[in-house]
Amino acid sequence: MTARRITLFGGHYGSGKTNIAVNYALHLKKTGFDTVVCDLDIVNPYFRTKDSKAELDEAGVRLIAPEFANSNVDLPALPQELYGAVQNRSLHAVLDVGGDDRGALALGRYAPYILEENDYDMLFVANFYRPLTPDAGSALSVMREIEAAGGIPFTGIVNNSNLAEETTPEAVLRTVGKADELSRLSGLDVCMTCAERILAEELKGRIPDLFPLDLQKKYYEIHQVRMNRK
Amino acid sequence: MAEKVLMKGNEAIAEAAILAGCRHYFGYPITPQTEIAAYLAKRMPKIGGCFLQAESEIAAINMVYGVASAGKRVMTSSSSPGISLKGEGLSYLAGSDLPALVVNVQRGGPGLGGIQPSQSDYFQATRGGGHGDYRMIVLAPASAQEMADLTIKGFDLADNYRVTCMLLADGTMGQMMEPVELPAPVEPSVGKPWAVTGTEGKRRHNIINSLSLVPEELEQLNFARFERYAEIERKEPMWESFMAEDADIVVVAFGIAARVSKNAVVAARESGIKAGLIRPITLWPFPKQPLAEAAQKAKHFISVELSMGQMIEDVQLAIRCSRPVTLCNRVGGMIPTPEQVLESIRSANRR
Repeated sequence: MTARRITLFGGHYGSGKTNIAVNYALHLKKTGFDTVVCDLDIVNPYFRTKDSKAELDEAGVRLIAPEFANSNVDLPALPQELYGAVQNRSLHAVLDVGGDDRGALALGRYAPYILEENDYDMLFVANFYRPLTPDAGSALSVMREIEAAGGIPFTGIVNNSNLAEETTPEAVLRTVGKADELSRLSGLDVCMTCAERILAEELKGRIPDLFPLDLQKKYYEIHQVRMNRK
Repeated sequence: MAEKVLMKGNEAIAEAAILAGCRHYFGYPITPQTEIAAYLAKRMPKIGGCFLQAESEIAAINMVYGVASAGKRVMTSSSSPGISLKGEGLSYLAGSDLPALVVNVQRGGPGLGGIQPSQSDYFQATRGGGHGDYRMIVLAPASAQEMADLTIKGFDLADNYRVTCMLLADGTMGQMMEPVELPAPVEPSVGKPWAVTGTEGKRRHNIINSLSLVPEELEQLNFARFERYAEIERKEPMWESFMAEDADIVVVAFGIAARVSKNAVVAARESGIKAGLIRPITLWPFPKQPLAEAAQKAKHFISVELSMGQMIEDVQLAIRCSRPVTLCNRVGGMIPTPEQVLESIRSANRR
């Protein structure tokens, strides 16, 4: 897809927004854009863009995150540089919007600038393996709630359906119909289907607009805990 | 087989409660368990259930008392400081012999502490938390799947024995996302003739009460209650044994600490040390028997905990101090690494 100056990722709680935002920002940087990634999530103090700070620093992508993220001060405040990132037209900005309508509330204060400039994509991240969005209808309800709270209408759909480490190419393929149905219901295109790079290789040619994910931050990896052995 | 879904541990608890027939949830937000409340706030109204954000943890546990008295399955959840607030209510539930499921997704303490995972409410969960002679069944899940399975098990145990069951998880278990195969919905299997449901003029009225001013009667109530507790201790201990049969070094750990320890045990075996893991799934009743059996062969025990050494006392009691037990721990929201546990195993093996 063609990169607009501002790309926003919103969606249901736990749909993978943060992960995709970080990966997409790294992708933009590689493409040659001066990129900043902004963490608007004031809801979830556990999974944060800041968990990927080292990788972002190394790639030269600036991160703007709530000052107290990842500290024990769980203060839901947004940093002032966010205005700058949203308004500085020499930058490409990737915005990680908090989960659900509650998380999207914080977007409201930036919405007027984003809408006025009108060079943005607001992408709805869907994981049809999440329990509260198992089908297109329920995903559409979440989509409408976020739009009402954040004040910016969605412009496209990102299918990020996965079962974490149990994801198979078939598991991704089984959700293509649901993503298409959501596309039909909402009138928006499915502009990306995400999969970990190793799966994306296997899916090549079977799904259009694949976006391979390289960086998967998981809470238990952050704490150096490997997967459960049976 | 049902198709798997990707769930946070907290969401798995919430959905499993619904599958267990729980239609009443009362809670108050606190990290890292708020997803339970958020999930049920969305789900309960759609299935004719009751989600209520109470004005406090204390109010929530007393609402639990009310619904439990009416014989319905009911749940509340909180994290460490909130569970302390519920302490009085837990004692009243016990004193009235009411079944309920209480979830504690632990965070570091004491006091307000932090929001990161901890297991330092072990004493509080297994030794009471409220006043008086009473016990709670304490279940310790180690995966999102077990968060779901043990939630359902917890409701069954609570009903069967008329006790409060506590699901003792931690911030990691609550927050991590894993594929879960949701169990089929279950029907409560035991009747509740003691419940306050209206007599319809057909029987004497039931009274739910924890006040008993005649000492002879109160003594008998305590005796009867402890007969039930003894039955629970006989029948209900649950544990997972991993390479423990021939182990020289037995690691004992539950929840997230057990996941870390499993990796350390595998690494120890690869380096030629006979290590094994016993993972208590019920913390009360504590699985004494497998530990006592392991002590006949093992030379050393290690208790891996996210606390300053609480479960270690139960390990020592279970093996009657017949072998040395050392502590391997991190606290304050930190988690031991597999390497740290492996080093503990190595050091025990050198003795």
